[in-house]
Amino acid sequence: MRAPVLILGARSDIGRAVAHEFAARGHPLQLAARDAAGLEPDRADISLRHGVAVTLHEFDALATATHDAFVAGLPELPGIAVCAVGLMGRQEESERDIAAALRVMRSNYEGPAGILAVLANRFEARGSGTLVGISSVAGERGRAANYVYGSAKAGFTAFLSGLRNRLARRGVHVVTVLPGFVATRMTEGMALPPRLTAQPQDVARAIARAVERGRDVVHVRPVWRLVMAAIRAIPERIFKRMRI
Amino acid sequence: MRLSGWGRYPVLEARTHAPRDAAALRQLVATAPPLIARGNGRAYGDSAVHPAATVEMRRFDRMIAFDPASGQLVAEAGVLLADIIAAFLPRGWFPLVLPGTKFVTLGGAIAADVHGKNHHRDGSFRACVDWLEVMGPEGEVRRCSRQEDPALFDHTLGGMGLTGIVLRAALRLRPVETGWIRQTTVAAPSLAATMAALEAAEATYSAAWIDGFATGAGLGRGLVMLGEHALRADLPPGQAPFPAGPRRRLSVPLDLPHFALNRPGLRAANALYYRTGGRKAGSRLVGWDGHFHPLDALHGWNRLYGRRGLVQFQCVLPPARAEPGLAALLAETAGAGGGAFLAVLKRLGPQESAFSFPMEGYTLALDFPANERTLALLDRLDAIALAHGGRFYLAKDGRMSAATLRASDPRVEGFRAFREARGLTGRFRSAQSERLGL
Ligand SMILES: Cc1cc2nc3c(=O)[nH]c(=O)nc-3n(C[C@H](O)[C@H](O)[C@H](O)COP(=O)(O)OP(=O)(O)OC[C@H]3O[C@@H](n4cnc5c(N)ncnc54)[C@H](O)[C@@H]3O)c2cc1C
Ligand SMILES: NC(=O)c1ccc[n+]([C@@H]2O[C@H](COP(=O)([O-])OP(=O)(O)OC[C@H]3O[C@@H](n4cnc5c(N)ncnc54)[C@H](OP(=O)(O)O)[C@@H]3O)[C@@H](O)[C@H]2O)c1
Repeated sequence: MRAPVLILGARSDIGRAVAHEFAARGHPLQLAARDAAGLEPDRADISLRHGVAVTLHEFDALATATHDAFVAGLPELPGIAVCAVGLMGRQEESERDIAAALRVMRSNYEGPAGILAVLANRFEARGSGTLVGISSVAGERGRAANYVYGSAKAGFTAFLSGLRNRLARRGVHVVTVLPGFVATRMTEGMALPPRLTAQPQDVARAIARAVERGRDVVHVRPVWRLVMAAIRAIPERIFKRMRI
Repeated sequence: MRLSGWGRYPVLEARTHAPRDAAALRQLVATAPPLIARGNGRAYGDSAVHPAATVEMRRFDRMIAFDPASGQLVAEAGVLLADIIAAFLPRGWFPLVLPGTKFVTLGGAIAADVHGKNHHRDGSFRACVDWLEVMGPEGEVRRCSRQEDPALFDHTLGGMGLTGIVLRAALRLRPVETGWIRQTTVAAPSLAATMAALEAAEATYSAAWIDGFATGAGLGRGLVMLGEHALRADLPPGQAPFPAGPRRRLSVPLDLPHFALNRPGLRAANALYYRTGGRKAGSRLVGWDGHFHPLDALHGWNRLYGRRGLVQFQCVLPPARAEPGLAALLAETAGAGGGAFLAVLKRLGPQESAFSFPMEGYTLALDFPANERTLALLDRLDAIALAHGGRFYLAKDGRMSAATLRASDPRVEGFRAFREARGLTGRFRSAQSERLGL
């Protein structure tokens, strides 16, 4: 039987797509989210379509004190864990309201890194497993438009890189996913350029392929590699005056 | 945003919404201006567009339950028939009715009460539907079936989204032993021969491809394709009972310039297709997708017609007047009209319903590039169909007049009266329903 896949933040559009993608490849699933019971229709749908076992688990990324117990309470330690938790917030609100900013920082860095740290130690003890963190190109360079979110993603990207380095010789693989724009609930109502925008299913396919092929860092749409290289190359003294 | 149907004609500026759950949908129904549900946009014209509010249903895409004892599947309206096949064919189940593309939603299949190549035997989509759940004008959800609120059931099947929004449906799948079709092709040199072959066909599935350019004695010549679900015993040893998923899809990345599909080229291609089809006549095993959906293999084939799009004309003529009517339609098409780019003829069986398209007789579908000449031709085809007792398929229409619809179909009054009585007229409207006075 294929390795069970744990999906953290399973209600997210990307998380749902990842669930279908792995289920279609025959993996049983553990779906973790806040208000997990509300995912019952998805559980029924996925197990009907793909004939795999799917279980639901209550999970709050910000309740870091519960993470050990959460993992211990899973029916079985998963072979693959994908973290799709994230919160973009609204930049103006994050500027005005520090509590809101802290929530964005914690939801994109502290929570996701915390739960992956717990899983990493158990995977390391077992000597196998794959951890997938969905970070963002927003973490590649801070911009006025979304630097609170971006800074937390930058932290998460660095955390994933370090974790990969630490576990590389311990049989545990870490994948960093750096999507550009994705058409999801998070970006609903924003005018996204179609050529730079991926669908959740594209992200899901890229993740499943990266896990199977042992890739380290994936951009879902390759053009983002170029876009971000260009953005990083702009000298700070020019960059600080730009609106991008 | 600019929105249209599969034919990309007409194109309208429309506000769209894509609710994620029933609560968001209820909110829209309660507060938005007149609105219409949209499935996967495979109706050709303006059935699934309203400029003020078009409600995309693709996010209601969950399967809910399946009973292997009865073959009953309960699913949300945005599930595609392609998804149902992907999930259930490997377990030996297949939709009872499949239109010429599998990329339609359940909601769209119900609203147009679609027909397949087996209508003469199994009826329209309605035949496989046990019940529906429909959101009405106040956002209330009501279940209907042949026993429970049968009037709502009858008017929703074939009601083109004008009786409310279908949220869920229960439908029966058909057990099959394999995903292969035993396909037999018969070349028919004239309209009479094509019709005789369809009339004589005993196969579950039958349809004829017609050479839309042929004139004179060859008018209506075609290839009649018959199909039967293959049994395990029909397969050569070693053949997997269920073919691997649909072939890799090619896609048309750009709009072709309008002269790319030109008449002399197509005339020659049609003649060639007829001759080679005739030479290959006989019986062979083909995968289900190749039999039912040859066009699906070319993703976005509507772009072949260029920016201006295509229109399809589809009518059904009663058996007694079908032959002269079809001859007149094809002669007008191939003569003054310059030929149809694609022409398909099917035999339809008896049909019960309040407003569905099918009726006993012959249905002819003709594809044309959208332009002035075509629109003028279609007005003439309308008149010919009317003169032969025909009626028109709203799922293919984007240009007919209200007067033509009324002249063709005495059921319009009853349908309108139902809409009035249930308070639906102000709430659920499409660009098409406004044009046609529904
Ligand atoms: C290549 C091709 C071949 C075809 N072959 C056939 C064929 O052989 N036989 C046949 O019968 N048809 C055929 N069709 C037409 C097609 O099956 C119908 O137009 C069908 O309705 C399309 O479904 P959709 O999900 O794309 O719906 P849309 O095109 O989005 O909508 C069609 C109608 O359904 C309504 N609707 C959609 N969802 C809902 C809902 N949830 N609740 C209420 N109303 C809803 C819309 O308001 C609209 O009136 C073909 C179309 C194409 C492109
Ligand atoms: N969309 C994009 O353009 C884009 C681009 C790059 C990266 N990403 C990243 O992709 C991931 C998935 O996002 P998405 O685009 O699919 O958007 P989304 O639908 O908004 O998903 C975000 C998910 O995070 C969950 N979440 C937030 N805080 C949580 C917490 N404390 N505990 C548990 N779950 C929590 C939310 O759960 P609830 O459902 O319970 O609220 C929600 O399901 C995120 O990490 C996002 O940052 C997205």
